[in-house]
Amino acid sequence: MKHINRFYSCFNVWFVTIPLGCIILAAPLGLVFVSVFFPQTEIWQHLSSTVLSDYIVNSLILAFGVGFLVIVIGTVLAWCIARYEFAGRKQLQWLILLPMAMPAYIIAYTYTGLLDFSGPIQTSLRDTFHWQYGDYFFPDIRSLTGAIIMLSLVLYPYVYLLARTAFSEQPFSLEEVSRSLGVRPSKHLFKVVLPLARPAILMGAALAMMEAFADYGTVQYFGLSTFTTGIFRTWFGLGNGIAAAQLAAMLTSFVVLLLILEYLSRRKIRYYFQGQKAQQVTRQRLTGSQAFWVPFVCVTPVFLGFILPVLQLLKWASITYSKQLTSEFWLLLWNSFYLAALASITAVILALLFAYGKRLNPIKPIQFLVGVVNLGYAVPGTVIAIGAMISLSWLDIKINTLTENWFDISVGLVFSGSLFALILVYSSRFLAVAMHNIDTGLSRVKPSMDDAARSLGYKPLQILKTIHVPLMKTSVLSALLLVFVDVLKELPATLILRPFNFNTLAVRAFELASDERLMDAALPALAIVSVGILPVILLTLLMDKSSPHSSHDN
Amino acid sequence: MAEQVNLYSARKEALIKPLLDKFTQQTGISVNLVTGNADNLITRLKSEGKYSPADLLLTTDVGRLYRAKQQGLTQAISVSAAIATVPNNFRDEQGHWLGLSLRARPMMVSVDKVDVQLIANLEDLISAEWKGRVCIRSSSNIYNQSMVASLIVQLGESAAQEWVNGLVNNFARHPQGGDRDQIKALAAGLCDVAIANTYYLAGMLSSEDETTQQQAKRVKVIWPNQAGRGTHINISGVSLAQYAPNKNAALKLIDFLLSKESQLWYATTNHEYPVLPDIAWSELLQSFGTFKAEQVALGKLGELNATAVKMMDRAGWK
Repeated sequence: MKHINRFYSCFNVWFVTIPLGCIILAAPLGLVFVSVFFPQTEIWQHLSSTVLSDYIVNSLILAFGVGFLVIVIGTVLAWCIARYEFAGRKQLQWLILLPMAMPAYIIAYTYTGLLDFSGPIQTSLRDTFHWQYGDYFFPDIRSLTGAIIMLSLVLYPYVYLLARTAFSEQPFSLEEVSRSLGVRPSKHLFKVVLPLARPAILMGAALAMMEAFADYGTVQYFGLSTFTTGIFRTWFGLGNGIAAAQLAAMLTSFVVLLLILEYLSRRKIRYYFQGQKAQQVTRQRLTGSQAFWVPFVCVTPVFLGFILPVLQLLKWASITYSKQLTSEFWLLLWNSFYLAALASITAVILALLFAYGKRLNPIKPIQFLVGVVNLGYAVPGTVIAIGAMISLSWLDIKINTLTENWFDISVGLVFSGSLFALILVYSSRFLAVAMHNIDTGLSRVKPSMDDAARSLGYKPLQILKTIHVPLMKTSVLSALLLVFVDVLKELPATLILRPFNFNTLAVRAFELASDERLMDAALPALAIVSVGILPVILLTLLMDKSSPHSSHDN
Repeated sequence: MAEQVNLYSARKEALIKPLLDKFTQQTGISVNLVTGNADNLITRLKSEGKYSPADLLLTTDVGRLYRAKQQGLTQAISVSAAIATVPNNFRDEQGHWLGLSLRARPMMVSVDKVDVQLIANLEDLISAEWKGRVCIRSSSNIYNQSMVASLIVQLGESAAQEWVNGLVNNFARHPQGGDRDQIKALAAGLCDVAIANTYYLAGMLSSEDETTQQQAKRVKVIWPNQAGRGTHINISGVSLAQYAPNKNAALKLIDFLLSKESQLWYATTNHEYPVLPDIAWSELLQSFGTFKAEQVALGKLGELNATAVKMMDRAGWK
């Protein structure tokens, strides 16, 4: 026991770095909560007597609707891919991830263009059957249901990624036991497989729900009253920033509740990867009608969440590309790419730091701090960005006061309006995504493995290299990918904090789309999607390689 | 170092950059640009305090200029010869902001379905005859907020509230999309009258897309309240930042934006009306006809913005 204690004690540096890192990352969010101490009675009376209930109800319906739908889509897909062998499975593995590269607001624009009353489908229906407005029923895409479907179509990969790993890693012995006890396969699914995969599935759903809570682009375009639209309405329309921050704090509290629920639901069950590869389930080869409809089911979300919107974008871009494709466009592409790469690496390094810190120091204060930083994901990007802007400007002003007093020079703004500010906000906002993946990965490394290796005389770094790195590789990669794609799509913080003369694809696409020039926005939107695909393909390749199934694949 | 100007602009890059490039060509002064939502830019300006690099704040609506002034972020712009040509109601009394282009928000009807003789005033829209026939975007949009604020100035609070209630009562559908979507809905027959800014219609008329053009051609502009107070207008305008580090260059840019060349550019590129009275309109703008505009002191619109939003909240205008 003694040398193990020494092993942990050399990590005491955690007690400094983690709180410090957390405070820096949580400062923007902290500012939001400070607002609670400045009551805005008159505004709240107005809000609660008019629109507040709409904000709450709609946001909850949206988040839980998305949560439900991504669980259904993600789990079914993960199950088919992890457990069945069929034609096209290998291709589908990565095709399924593609909707991740599609920003929610862009899929909303394209579907609206397609399905709206004045869009091609309804227009041709009217022309063919000589209908007028009111003669027929057609679901309204710009509705709460529409928003739930739009968001779910691009968010289901969160559940799929985590659930698929969970399914393919469940030991075959469980199935053998069930069979030998005469348990029907369907019962085995609901009694054994799903409960075991539940932590992974819920974790993915929680991420999707946090995104749904924070979504602004889609709900704004659909004209829905949710918390996020309400925050901006209160801030810009009513001109009350404090009340807007209070609304944001309230929204964040909902997410805290959600995370507590998720935590409680998986607290009792804690599984560690057994580490024996031989016991993996072999995929069942599908025959007969199943061989037809399983691939069909798997293709449907890809078709709706990626292929169809991309076709629409291509059609638009073919009309407008000559105007958009200038030398400046390549600069946008490069800006977007390196910013996303830089931010994802930063976020993953921080996530690793926090995850290990938490693991090596399983004490309440550290767990709490790390939990707080995770909340950034659920807060609309603009709110975090404003928080960051205020805190960084404050810091800049302090620095200038200092240099003016001591050296009689002012250095101007150092952090505000810099790329550093952007990276800080991205890290603060997307750390949760990285953390969720790293945590899942780390939970597969049993603490007893560390102990065993230590007792065999391995040094901490050797343990890291021989045990942790191989087992964690996939999780780190998927964390990198998810943050990369998220940053690529990120809009509000980039818009507010970017330096002079600096634009990204997302900024360009948004500016054109918000000016109601959807067709002009198609090319930058397509570019976001294409750059986003690169890491998706990379990840699938690497995941396939490191997967215990790789030997069966050929 | 070469002369430069730093610009915080709520005008989208595509709608200002070409003009700035011309300015740089002519004067050798380089322009650094950050675009974004006006309120975010104002917050950025405020939090950067006296170290802010910004010289000019460009917005697409007067309410935001007013807000920047209220927060003490701007300074008086000394009146140059060019500025003196801007009509007084498009300039702040203390000279903290001035308009660069005009935007009109009239009614639009579908030509096949509505007899244009039957509708003359915004007030007509609240009568029972228009029930279920009106399209307009969300009240979260600044153009609607300014429009209602200007009604408050001109009609008083209770009459304005009555109009807002009546309008909501006559909606064809829950407000959604932008101004172009209202025009499309009009063309497709979902509603019979809409309220939208003219440059959206003009943008659709000059679109590369055949369908969009066809849709726009089925829509006609009706200038409301021509016998009375006039049609609602707003400005896109500019303020000089309080701590502008490059004030001289900034003033040169303002003069440039008021030059004949720039004023024509606004009209041809984004189909906005020039703020200077003696500049000729583009053909497309002329095709909409001339109109009498409201004579409201525009600063008032910013002042009453919150009142307008609350009014629309109460009426259930989403």
